[in-house]
Amino acid sequence: MSGPPPISSPPLVVVVGAGPAGSRAALSAARCGARVVLVDSEARVGGRYERQPAAVTDGVIASATHPLELAIASQPRIEHVARATVWALEPGPAPGRHLVHLQQGPADDRGRPPRTLTADALVLCTGAFDRVLPFPGWELPGVVTAGAARTLAEGQRTAVGARAVVSGTGPFLLPAALSLLDVGAHVLGVYEAGNPARWLRSPAAVLRDGGPGRLAELASYAAGLARGRVPYRTRHAVVAAHGRDHVEAVTVARLDAGWHPVPGSEQRLAPVDAVCVGYGFTPQLELPLAAGCAVRDGRVVVDGRQATTVPGVYAAGELTGIAGAQAAAAEGELAGLAAVADLAEHAWATAGGAAAGGAADRAAEGAGTGLAPPPPARVASAAARVRSGQRFGQALARAHPVPGGWRGWLREDTLVCRCEEVSYGELRDAVVARGADGMRALKLACRAGLGACQGRMCGRSTAELAAAFLGSPVADPYATDRRPLAQPIRLGDLAGPPDEPGDVPPDVTPDVTPDPPVSPDTR
Amino acid sequence: MALMTVYVDGERHRALPGQTVAALLLATGRRSWRTTRLGGRPRGVFCGIGVCYDCLLVVNGLPDVRACLRELRDGDRVETLRGARLPTGGTETGIVRPAADEADEADEVA
Repeated sequence: MSGPPPISSPPLVVVVGAGPAGSRAALSAARCGARVVLVDSEARVGGRYERQPAAVTDGVIASATHPLELAIASQPRIEHVARATVWALEPGPAPGRHLVHLQQGPADDRGRPPRTLTADALVLCTGAFDRVLPFPGWELPGVVTAGAARTLAEGQRTAVGARAVVSGTGPFLLPAALSLLDVGAHVLGVYEAGNPARWLRSPAAVLRDGGPGRLAELASYAAGLARGRVPYRTRHAVVAAHGRDHVEAVTVARLDAGWHPVPGSEQRLAPVDAVCVGYGFTPQLELPLAAGCAVRDGRVVVDGRQATTVPGVYAAGELTGIAGAQAAAAEGELAGLAAVADLAEHAWATAGGAAAGGAADRAAEGAGTGLAPPPPARVASAAARVRSGQRFGQALARAHPVPGGWRGWLREDTLVCRCEEVSYGELRDAVVARGADGMRALKLACRAGLGACQGRMCGRSTAELAAAFLGSPVADPYATDRRPLAQPIRLGDLAGPPDEPGDVPPDVTPDVTPDPPVSPDTR
Repeated sequence: MALMTVYVDGERHRALPGQTVAALLLATGRRSWRTTRLGGRPRGVFCGIGVCYDCLLVVNGLPDVRACLRELRDGDRVETLRGARLPTGGTETGIVRPAADEADEADEVA
């Protein structure tokens, strides 16, 4: 780092994703004096799990204002850029700085206005999406992710179907089922493929790993299912969906510990018009990979303060592991604080402050950039909540593994890649007969992962299927996650005139007066 | 606020401000609104959050719009999408023209 150009004053922290993690990152950075641009694809902050369920009021579908929204709206240093998509990241003018290219406007419209931000620090909170394992009939209309069912129910007051089954693994199936009940659907059953009994049914373990809040949350889900008379069966899963133009019936089977269907246990359930499936989550890795962040076991590698392996880039929330909204909020808060602390440190170092050293001097130097270095007690408190969240996440992952028996649910003609309509048989031939030994090779040999979703839906499952044929992991498991264009952009827009890189700061007075206390945990 | 008027394959519907295209189509009883390029198989909403690209359709003549993400605006014209369709008009005119049979199909859908 020899003589980097000075960072802007006050420095600009760009936060991508305004869910539980991103909104806390924005708040904590802004409260320490940074300018923050909070970019999100949705109209409102809160992500998918932290907003009030919508209602139709005065002829408008909308949810009541969440306290989090108020906190962000009343923070003058935060500019919330809604309905926006970050489609590319580039290294910026100096190490640690990045150019963030985004477009804003109605989803997938043409001519969405482009904008480029020069981020002095970048906090990635892009979250995760439901993982769905392939099974016969999963491409039929009416088969949706558990997240889709919940998003439509809570955000749009719309039931994906009238007679639904929920299947998969993990506690996140429960709120999906409840959201369906809430919009009037009949839920025929929740089929949990795993057997999390030892953990989820042991209050002591949940208390130890997650604390009383999570215990209460799980208890309320269980009570809700009981009220709705929804059967909850462990070691069972929907292993096939049937229908011509949409789902009409499902086959539910009992599974052994390895998720092989127990012969003779298959039961047909009909009529069914919605199947809501989720086998955990897949972090949205495009931007971390574009920034060059190290990824291990499908998650972004961060240190004890949410810094990734790339200077100036932080990650929080489901990118670093799945542990629920509370954990994501703590990680976001810590990431925002760490970003500011590093920027203040950087300003102090480049101002030649290395010779004399007290914290008071540093605070004074920080004030030169408009930054107030975060109080150590706040950092420690956030870090403690992050560690608790990580324990919960690890316990969750242990309680909900995805063993390989699901491969036995597939038939020769079961689609593995929905976009390119590649069957299990074609995938096997590509690996076994044509020597495709990696994700790139598979794309070329059989088109799996080549379609519109760019392997987002099939990538992990395809890698596992190929690995089973090969007898060893594929060479390039993240190849499908490396997408130079993180989000699609219309060719006409890409070919349009470039906009000027610039910060476009919100008009704020850089002061370091602490905000009126607003509890970040507004759940 | 007043209900909005939108059109789905020419049919008039009332929509609520804030309603997504996918939510309206589900509410009108549709399960699918696209057919696949290769097998001609029906598809509708799947991931619900803009990741899977299964719910693509045509909004105001522009194809490949994700129904789950797009909020309706008054007067929007939504069309179901059969197979692949290339954008015409606007800034993308002239990049590639639809093949004759696709143009026919587009007319049929419109």
